[in-house]
Amino acid sequence: MTVALRILDDGAWVSVNDDRKVSVSELWRFPDPEFCGCDLTDMVVEGFVEVGVDGRTIEVRAYGQCIACGASATTKWLPVGRVVDGSFHDIDRESVLTPTVRE
Amino acid sequence: MPTDVERWKSAVYGNEIREHLFEFAEEGWESIPEDEHDAWFERFKWWGLYHQRNGQESYFMMRIGTPNGVLEPGQLRVVGEIADEFARGPGTNPIFGDAYADWTTRQSIQLHWIRLEDVPAIFEKLEENGMSTQQACGDSWRNIVGNPVAGKDAQEVVDAWPVIRELNETFKGDDDHSNLPRKWKVSVTGSADGSGQGDINDLAFEPAYKDVDGDEQVGFNVRVGGGLARNEERFARDIDVWVAPENVSAVAGGLSALFRDYGDRENRYNARIKFLVDEWGPEKVRNVLQDEYVDFEMHTAGRDVREEYTYNTGKGDRNDLIGVHEQKDGNYFVGLNVLVGRMGAEDVLELADLADEYGSGEVRLSQRQNVIVTDVPEENLDDFLAEDLLDDYSPDPSPFMRGSVACTGTEFCSLSIVETKNRQVRFARWLKQNVELPEDVDQFHIHLSGCTASCAQPQIADVSLRGMKTRKDGEPVEALDVGLGGGLGDEPQFARWVTQRVPVDEVPGAIRNLVGRFAENREGEESFREFVARHDDEELDAFVEPEETDYDDPMMHNTKMTWYPYAEDDSMDASPSPADD
Repeated sequence: MTVALRILDDGAWVSVNDDRKVSVSELWRFPDPEFCGCDLTDMVVEGFVEVGVDGRTIEVRAYGQCIACGASATTKWLPVGRVVDGSFHDIDRESVLTPTVRE
Repeated sequence: MPTDVERWKSAVYGNEIREHLFEFAEEGWESIPEDEHDAWFERFKWWGLYHQRNGQESYFMMRIGTPNGVLEPGQLRVVGEIADEFARGPGTNPIFGDAYADWTTRQSIQLHWIRLEDVPAIFEKLEENGMSTQQACGDSWRNIVGNPVAGKDAQEVVDAWPVIRELNETFKGDDDHSNLPRKWKVSVTGSADGSGQGDINDLAFEPAYKDVDGDEQVGFNVRVGGGLARNEERFARDIDVWVAPENVSAVAGGLSALFRDYGDRENRYNARIKFLVDEWGPEKVRNVLQDEYVDFEMHTAGRDVREEYTYNTGKGDRNDLIGVHEQKDGNYFVGLNVLVGRMGAEDVLELADLADEYGSGEVRLSQRQNVIVTDVPEENLDDFLAEDLLDDYSPDPSPFMRGSVACTGTEFCSLSIVETKNRQVRFARWLKQNVELPEDVDQFHIHLSGCTASCAQPQIADVSLRGMKTRKDGEPVEALDVGLGGGLGDEPQFARWVTQRVPVDEVPGAIRNLVGRFAENREGEESFREFVARHDDEELDAFVEPEETDYDDPMMHNTKMTWYPYAEDDSMDASPSPADD
């Protein structure tokens, strides 16, 4: 089953199968020493840059700012949800997210 | 590879969208195929319809483009009636009630909670009365802005209103210009006060004198590539062209065609013409325009009047158009402050009656979200000013009221990060009660924008507020970045973002402290903007000093994750949308 993934509204939303699912303004925590010097980056999501799928996992790269140190950058690929039987299920994005290493 | 949006636009775009829109309206919301939502919602924008945000499915924001903010006699009543009948949804705003109209920073009108099924009836009523939503949004010529009192203003160098009307009639619905790489915002100003805010538009015509064959003529200088969005602020660049009023259409059409042909359709973030001007430089823009798009020899730039600009400059007279001003025909126009640009439908209808009774019935909208009643004879002024409605929409408001501008925010908008309009009302009321400006300061502009799209034009305010998030006591809360010292004029300046992520409940205290430091450290009668210019970012950050006060903010939580922030049960699960057919 194909899944339609796109970024809408000037980067404000990730659309999955023509339904807006993930939005800017969320706070995401993830370890990424390349993003900033914090042990755990605490980033407000300001805009989505790319969306993709790895197996069943929907992943994004997002632009944002670490609210602990103020650094602004674009993230590595981060998981935001899964597609099961054609429908989108949120990953708990209030927990710590683990960046994906893509070849 | 073309973007999805370009692909959708190649299939159906422009005027032809209307036919599909009406079919969907006839058959109901459910008739839009689920796997075509993104495509159709993008296309509907061209006809002024924005699908509202998550939790509000099947409801639309409708934007009506009123060129130069001009509402001819009778049109304001039509807007009030439409708002009253159709702009009602399942959520009640605690400050503004159930039906209201928003005046925007580009002199347009926005209504919310519009149902697709009602669109044909609304279009019919608008069009019967000479109004339209055509190209109010989408990738084409947007509503043309300017000095709203064009044709009446005693400070006018040249009457821009016939030029704006001609541009509107030429480029609204013109298939050659209906599918541009991105939005195309045009300003035409004929007055010497700078109230058309040309510098922040894609294309600006500004009043200028030019010696043509020994005869000094009045026309316009041309600037290209301004805009505020996405942390990529630019002031429009001077391309060294002067144009006579009768040739504005040819030059504007040439530039629009240049943008159509050379703008970036591969990357929407790089599509606005400001990026093309960055890449080419103004000289190449002029050369390509001359060589490929304009079939007469263009004049070089004329003598402008930018030194006289006062609008939104932070100093001098006429920073806005509030108050009583004499027109060139001896009548008066009266600018009324509409706090954050939102007016209840009943008030809109009452204002329409007052405009009829005391003026010509005409009303105009400014880029500071205010309304202007024109053509009031001197003998009617006192009675008009004594009307009860003007207690709420004052011609002489507190600086914190008249200086407030706010975008739509998370109440309806997909892009915003924070609540804005109601918050700015709460801020303004608190500041009015609790903060003293120096006695001679009667202008203090505070613009609140929910995100970097910058619809509230935050970068050109004394105090710029922009939506952010932070944590307070470990919990995520809405926050604002604070910028200072922005403004327009001969030497326009964008605000400097000096303090980041202030929790929203500490912002009024921060502004109070800032104003206090300004009052203590001000040199002579310097303006706030001059005061900011004389300090570095670190000093200004120290002046801001966020602080909790007795200001209470009921919307600290993530308002974007509610279906409607003011609902008793605001959770997404409680959303009543989509509406039943």
